[in-house]
Amino acid sequence: MLRILSQALRTGLATEPAPSTDDAELAEIGVALQRRIDARVGRSLALRQVDAGSCNGCELEIHALNNPYYDLERFGVHFVASPRHADALLVTGPISRHMEAALRRTWRAMPAPKWVIAAGDCACNGGEFGCSYACRGSVDQVLPVDVSVPGCPPTPLDFLRALLAALSMPER
Amino acid sequence: MIDEIHMKPFDWLSEYRERLDDEGRLVRDADHQGLTPARRLRLEAEDWGAAARIAAAMGLRHAGVFADPPDLAPPAQTSTLPDDEEPTITLRAVLEQQGDYLVLETQVPLALPELPSQTPWYPGLDRLERHAQDLVGVRFTDHPHPHRWTRHQAWREGRFPLRADFPLAGEDQRRTQADRDYPFEALTGDGVYQIPVGPVHAGIIEPGHFRFHAEGETVLQLEARLGYVHKGIERLAVGRDAVGLARLAGRISGDSTVAHTWAACQALERASGCEVPARALVLRGLLCERERVANHIGDIGAICNDVGMAFIHMQCARLREDWQRASQAHFGHRLLMDRIIPGGVAVDLDAAAVATLRAEHEAMRRAIAPIFAIVDELPSLADRLLTTGHLQTKDARTLGCTGYVAKASGLGFDLRRDAPYPPYDALAVEVPVQQEGDVAARVRMRMHEVRQSLNLMDELLRRLPDGPIAAELPAASAGAIGLGLVEGWRGEVLAFVRFRNDGRIARYFARDPSWFTWPALERLIHGNIVPDFPVCNKSVNASYSGQDL
Ligand code: SF4
Repeated sequence: MLRILSQALRTGLATEPAPSTDDAELAEIGVALQRRIDARVGRSLALRQVDAGSCNGCELEIHALNNPYYDLERFGVHFVASPRHADALLVTGPISRHMEAALRRTWRAMPAPKWVIAAGDCACNGGEFGCSYACRGSVDQVLPVDVSVPGCPPTPLDFLRALLAALSMPER
Repeated sequence: MIDEIHMKPFDWLSEYRERLDDEGRLVRDADHQGLTPARRLRLEAEDWGAAARIAAAMGLRHAGVFADPPDLAPPAQTSTLPDDEEPTITLRAVLEQQGDYLVLETQVPLALPELPSQTPWYPGLDRLERHAQDLVGVRFTDHPHPHRWTRHQAWREGRFPLRADFPLAGEDQRRTQADRDYPFEALTGDGVYQIPVGPVHAGIIEPGHFRFHAEGETVLQLEARLGYVHKGIERLAVGRDAVGLARLAGRISGDSTVAHTWAACQALERASGCEVPARALVLRGLLCERERVANHIGDIGAICNDVGMAFIHMQCARLREDWQRASQAHFGHRLLMDRIIPGGVAVDLDAAAVATLRAEHEAMRRAIAPIFAIVDELPSLADRLLTTGHLQTKDARTLGCTGYVAKASGLGFDLRRDAPYPPYDALAVEVPVQQEGDVAARVRMRMHEVRQSLNLMDELLRRLPDGPIAAELPAASAGAIGLGLVEGWRGEVLAFVRFRNDGRIARYFARDPSWFTWPALERLIHGNIVPDFPVCNKSVNASYSGQDL
């Protein structure tokens, strides 16, 4: 126990200040999401993540959002286990057809209003995989998409900026 | 165990051939081509099962089987196939002993693609054969579980996505239905109940279905049903150029992007006779070790988290983030995607970066020391990890496991030592093993590998030669084949390529080690309590994407 405490003390605080969210592209992303967040949640956002054919690279970076540097939860954004508790669906991957039904069902299980975030090049436009016998090719082939976060994979900072841009808009 | 015995290369091969010969099996040598350093033997299809039986009796490890159908769209004018020749499907099986690889090859007519299964002798092949059945349409006559594996509802029974008559876009553009009627093995008895889990899991994790049979809290049987992230990678590879194939290989499993890209490039380079510059090879080694360190550190934290030890998880997550940021700074990508390219690497290090990397390795060594010491000794961790998820040596062996899963169960195979490719041929890679086979042993193996990789990286930096970082990939001859074998962080990653006659890819198959560690998970969970499944699963951490393709 002593060793744990001393390691914790020596490590100190790793968490970094929030990234700036004022660049134009992000502001645009933010507006779309903000309109809908305002209608529903007061500066707090519950995310349900679904991997619909990802290579798992995007998942690694989404995981990183919870590490001490980014500590996503301090902004009121947290990942939930059930779609019934979720405000937004965070979808990765080129929508493998084998996940298509599960993805639709997850979305249907969410209470309205609900929104969809396409995370990573695969989810935005098919990425390296595109449209085929095995993949739908992008989230918007299956669900209405509110926000796209491009990148292969998007960095944690890309995710964070997009989410914060939405949450930090002035409240109505 | 084979690892302490050092014999001449391939001294088991003559015995293997003799035994085949004794049974009257017809064996022909074939040009090894780009399969070198592996050798190649051709067999009659009817002897396919016997070849596996004899190999198993001699204790050879099976590294996987894959089918190679006739070309999808053979560029017309230079077809290598005379008109009257019957189209065939080629099957290849890869065997290994003492670091020597042997490729068995046989052909079956496309019109009647049947041959004996090798699964009765190598249970780890069960799903690989069913994958070949679902995608290419090979029928393994005495397969113990002949039902579908990779195919859910995206294409019809009797249709095969890797065949020439199957359109890339698929044959049905309607919504794909959820899978149904998969014949899970049922277990009945007093108080036995089923727990179906997935494909969507509770956390941020890849999708797959697990069917537990439990009695009280004890798991009696686990059956995995995967294929949910099947992306048609093998079909997408067809017609790509070498650069495009390398990018695709880098997305087979994002956490193993370096290992898969390297294996694919190795196969491409062997098929086309490319001399990769020495500096590029050392840099590849460096990238691969970086990937190993990142994944092990992240997983050690996650394993501890699964038994309620969030402190270690946060410490490891912090170190992993430091590591990925350094990857971005030195190599230009946090996960090191697309850093390896056919013929070499895409990024170079200058002298300042080499010095910084050395300092960072040292800093990481210092940072992990107190954390790993806690993991090693904390009684409350030991309480949960010792004896949990025990994988027997014989199961690891018959399934063909490699990497930390095999090493923690007493099997000390590591390509970097046993079949070293440059730059490892110039390094001394020790391969200690653990005998316990439990979660704790897998954690200890991973901690060892982190420390070892840090040392190897220093050694690689010391040996970094001057010179170019990439060479031109020569044009491959029509039909050229190549085999790539790389020790990724999960274990042996295998890649096979065959070129078309227009210099593009006719066939690519990548065998992630997860094909064999998924069935290992099904065995090691037996008798454990259901709540220990997450920690057992994480200690193995097989890739869904890597096996679904
Ligand atoms: S966007 Fe890139 S990292 Fe994300 S799932 Fe697709 S290939 Fe993988």
